[in-house]
Amino acid sequence: MKKLLFVAMFMIIILTLGACSQASEDEGTKEEDTVETSAPTETTEETDTEEEKVPRVAFVYIGVPADGGWTKTHDEGRELVDETFGITSTTVENVPEGPDAERVIEELAQNHDIVFTTSYGYMDPTNNVAKKYPDVVFMHATGYKTAENVGTYQTKGFEPGYLSGLAAGSLTENGKIGYVGAFPTPEVIYTINAFTLAAQTIKPETEVNVVWSNTWFDPTVERQAAVSLLDQGVDVLANYQDSPAGIQAAAERGVWGMGNDADMSEYAPDTYVTNPTINWGDYYVEMVQNWIDGKWESHSYLGGFKEGMANIAPFGKNVPQEVQDLVNEKKEEFFNGTFDVFTGPIYDNKGELRVAEGETMSIEDILTMNWLVKGVNGTIPE
Amino acid sequence: MEMTSLILIAAISGGTSLLFAVLGGILNEKAGVINLGTEGIMLIGAVMSAIVFLQTQNLLITFLVMLGATGILGFLHAFLCITLRANQIVSGLAVTLFGSGLSAYIGKSVAGAPIPVSIPKIKLTFLDSIPLLSVFANLDIFIWSSMIVSIVLYLYMYKTSWGLHLKAVGDNPSTSDAMGISVIAFRYFHVVIGSMFMGCAGFYLIMAYSPNWIEGMTSGRGWIAIALIIFARWNPIYALFGAYFFGGLDSLGFRMQIYDLNIPSYFLKMIPYIATIIVLMFIGWKNRSKPSIKPKSLGNPYFREQRY
Repeated sequence: MKKLLFVAMFMIIILTLGACSQASEDEGTKEEDTVETSAPTETTEETDTEEEKVPRVAFVYIGVPADGGWTKTHDEGRELVDETFGITSTTVENVPEGPDAERVIEELAQNHDIVFTTSYGYMDPTNNVAKKYPDVVFMHATGYKTAENVGTYQTKGFEPGYLSGLAAGSLTENGKIGYVGAFPTPEVIYTINAFTLAAQTIKPETEVNVVWSNTWFDPTVERQAAVSLLDQGVDVLANYQDSPAGIQAAAERGVWGMGNDADMSEYAPDTYVTNPTINWGDYYVEMVQNWIDGKWESHSYLGGFKEGMANIAPFGKNVPQEVQDLVNEKKEEFFNGTFDVFTGPIYDNKGELRVAEGETMSIEDILTMNWLVKGVNGTIPE
Repeated sequence: MEMTSLILIAAISGGTSLLFAVLGGILNEKAGVINLGTEGIMLIGAVMSAIVFLQTQNLLITFLVMLGATGILGFLHAFLCITLRANQIVSGLAVTLFGSGLSAYIGKSVAGAPIPVSIPKIKLTFLDSIPLLSVFANLDIFIWSSMIVSIVLYLYMYKTSWGLHLKAVGDNPSTSDAMGISVIAFRYFHVVIGSMFMGCAGFYLIMAYSPNWIEGMTSGRGWIAIALIIFARWNPIYALFGAYFFGGLDSLGFRMQIYDLNIPSYFLKMIPYIATIIVLMFIGWKNRSKPSIKPKSLGNPYFREQRY
């Protein structure tokens, strides 16, 4: 009986492997070199150090490129790198943050020149591996630890967040806006704060009701969070989440919806407004070019509109023209660098003055923000 | 509508996919087969629904294909556990792992694509003005059918001779065999049908709740459904309330955040699990002197020549 079980299990494994190998063939035609997490040893064939130094580039993803959000934006950047340099970068999908990440990054480091690790939780694994491979360049997204051969990069999410808030403030009729936040991390907090400050410039009494879903990705929970806000009567709903579930829930009730990271208009064509988007591609290309030229240096990069890293998605088809004009006008100020989102006076939602009149917040303060501005109904867990 | 009704509606629509999965699990376990494949089967049900609906735009065809696909997966589990007498835990885990891997693979082409589906709703406008009953004024057909199915299953399991045979098969297969009931056929039938119910859970999730396929979109709901089987004491009617209870707890957590009750959101997230422990303790205490209600041969393969 046990033998039969093993035979059956074996069959399942064989079948699964069969399916997987088919999968990678499929990927190959798309000029992608997707490798199983357990065996990221296949490298690019184009490596030819004799003539010209062609970099061997690898990307570590937290999810899959088809997630419609975060990983999709990184994969678009990867595509641009591949096109520009005529290479095939290695990608490893679905790498959990933790010991697995360190193993994957280490295996990649053995036969790659540049490794991009694209999630906050890869920070320590990246730095640990970097110590062992001083000749390899590591680029870690959204972290704060750098080293001789480790650089970090992040977008100024508060700039497009401000523009989204401007649109939301113009569209709301009852002054009640909902915001589903994933986790109360500085990245989410400063986006919500910028969003709220912008909405209040249109209607000073605007309230932004925040709930934390405590998940980056769980469509069912995201939807429940969205519905609980919709039941409160919010007439614009923004989501800092990886799936479009919240936008879809809003669309069912004819409520304006906004998402994050990528253009999500297809999920709610009639009620979509806009939302922050990210373009990593130009930065990735620049980093690879720097490496080729031998002038890559460790740094900590923060890109906004001016740098071409942050932007907002095209407006939904039903957003009134005057709202679009208003937002586009403000966008110019970001491009020119003449506008600072966090300019005083700014009070937090407990009434304390956080930024005095005429002052602006430093980048360090913004990146460690742990308070919500006046007008946000929500609390940050201790 | 007042707040209670809104919470109830959120609970019902959040609990419906759980309900289907629990009913499927109950059918499996009543026949004496543990099915830990719920998560994988739900994912296959969801991804097949997405693929077929995007191709055909036909809800009925989608539903039938989904039933077929999840039925096959259930048949695989049944074959391993009943005919080959494999360890049911291992087989169930294999089905879950296989289902989540396969769904991710075959779903690549439709990942993220919005599914343009509108589920027909049954409007009962005369209920609108009645407090609490207004909850039922505007629910979609799947919610109604899940309620009806729970009641039908209850009647089937407790009021028909087939249902009593099912109980016999799950409690004491050798006696049922001596009575002339085909234990093997009974088990196969209920495992396959039960798996189709789990498929319905995935179908509901993707068609009515979050209409686009995303890898791993059930995110652990299959496991909650398995816990709910015990919570519901293998009774479809209790399952109905258990599923809505759990569906409601999630959304209750968010509402407590909105009312700014100053409870950390991490704690709110624990509520469903704490509630499970409390309810299990309560049920266990209340029934401590009564014999266990669990199907007695649950987890044991039936082997005619073997004495128990």
